[in-house]
Amino acid sequence: MNAWIWGIVGILLTPVVAGLVGGIDRVITAKMQGRMGPPVLQPFYDVMKLFSKQNLVLNRFHHDLVICSLIFTVAAVGLLFAGENLLMCIFALVVGNVFLVLAAYSTNSPYSMLGADRELLQMLAAEPMILLAAVGIYMATGTFDINLIASGTHSAIQYLPGVFFGLIYVLTIKLRKSPFDLSTSHHAHQELVKGLSTEFAGPSLALFEIIHWYETVFVMALIYLFFASRPIVGIVAVLIVYFLEILIDNINARVKWDLMLASAWVITLIFGLGNLMLLFILK
Amino acid sequence: MSIKKSPWIIHYDGSSCNGCDIEVLACLTPLYDIERFGIINVGNPKHADILLITGGVNQQNKTVIKNLYDQMAEPKAVVAIGACACTGHFFAECYNMLGGVDTVIPVDVFVPGCAARPEVIIDGVVKALAVLEKKQQEKVTA
Repeated sequence: MNAWIWGIVGILLTPVVAGLVGGIDRVITAKMQGRMGPPVLQPFYDVMKLFSKQNLVLNRFHHDLVICSLIFTVAAVGLLFAGENLLMCIFALVVGNVFLVLAAYSTNSPYSMLGADRELLQMLAAEPMILLAAVGIYMATGTFDINLIASGTHSAIQYLPGVFFGLIYVLTIKLRKSPFDLSTSHHAHQELVKGLSTEFAGPSLALFEIIHWYETVFVMALIYLFFASRPIVGIVAVLIVYFLEILIDNINARVKWDLMLASAWVITLIFGLGNLMLLFILK
Repeated sequence: MSIKKSPWIIHYDGSSCNGCDIEVLACLTPLYDIERFGIINVGNPKHADILLITGGVNQQNKTVIKNLYDQMAEPKAVVAIGACACTGHFFAECYNMLGGVDTVIPVDVFVPGCAARPEVIIDGVVKALAVLEKKQQEKVTA
């Protein structure tokens, strides 16, 4: 019963927290560029406006696939906060992502197709590391159960510094930040049209934004799990990691897909797998 | 929620001399920073609320402008920026020119000037916000 309540609280709070984080992100980005930046509540204004606009639905599947994506992504966050199995949460998130790609593929726009291709490449680059992180947490704590991980006495980070570094590396992909914002970017100036989200308009685009909010909170919670035995250290770590991501976003230009894929896999292999092998031998 | 707090613009350069284009982009720089008002310059008509057009319309770009306008989701507004976009200005007599933007699509706000200054462009966008809000209310009541 308790797990249900936690799950629902997580699902309800996520848009509020992620929207605020997005607003603060935009203000900090603006300050880094010597601008004032929008109000902190701007992401909420944007999403509310998008819901009030006309929905340009292109075919029978387009909007429904976005809704499917939303359901699975929300489920992933709900399961995470309910303290269920970590692997199941990650797989639910991936399924949500795949529905988004399908929605982009269902249109005829070449830009949308290109964005979908790139989103698949991004998943190919990021998912191995995220799965390795789950395996690493299992090796460090002996369980995939998030309840037990969170209530354990040892933090996973002391066994998994390499995995943690690798996770931060692919986090840039998951948060859609430069240099790895290949499929779609927050910034219009480095975009051909809009990649993955090209064909979404009005409410569909609002759902797209909300899905991204849930994804953001999911990966941040994943970072937190590494420090789960010390909540305050965990929250500080999440804030530092997010600030680092904003900084990286602002000092990098977008790279080509082959560099992203190769570097992500090399980092996964050396820091992720290397860390796990050391842990296996030493523990 | 009012559309006023998050108007996204798309900028199209007709047959402009690039004077007005530079001024439109100047609005995004730290000096004018239109993101203060939640305005973002998007590259996609499907995401945009306001279409900014600089330069007049000629035979080649009239279909492009019409396409861009048709792809925008309602409610939408059009702002013609600079003397050329308003009337065709000194290109008006050319054999390939149709004239101002209003020869192909309905224009809501005309921003004069050669080149239009960033302050006037921001003023024009603010005027377009009032138009957008009116259109949104009409959509709700209809």
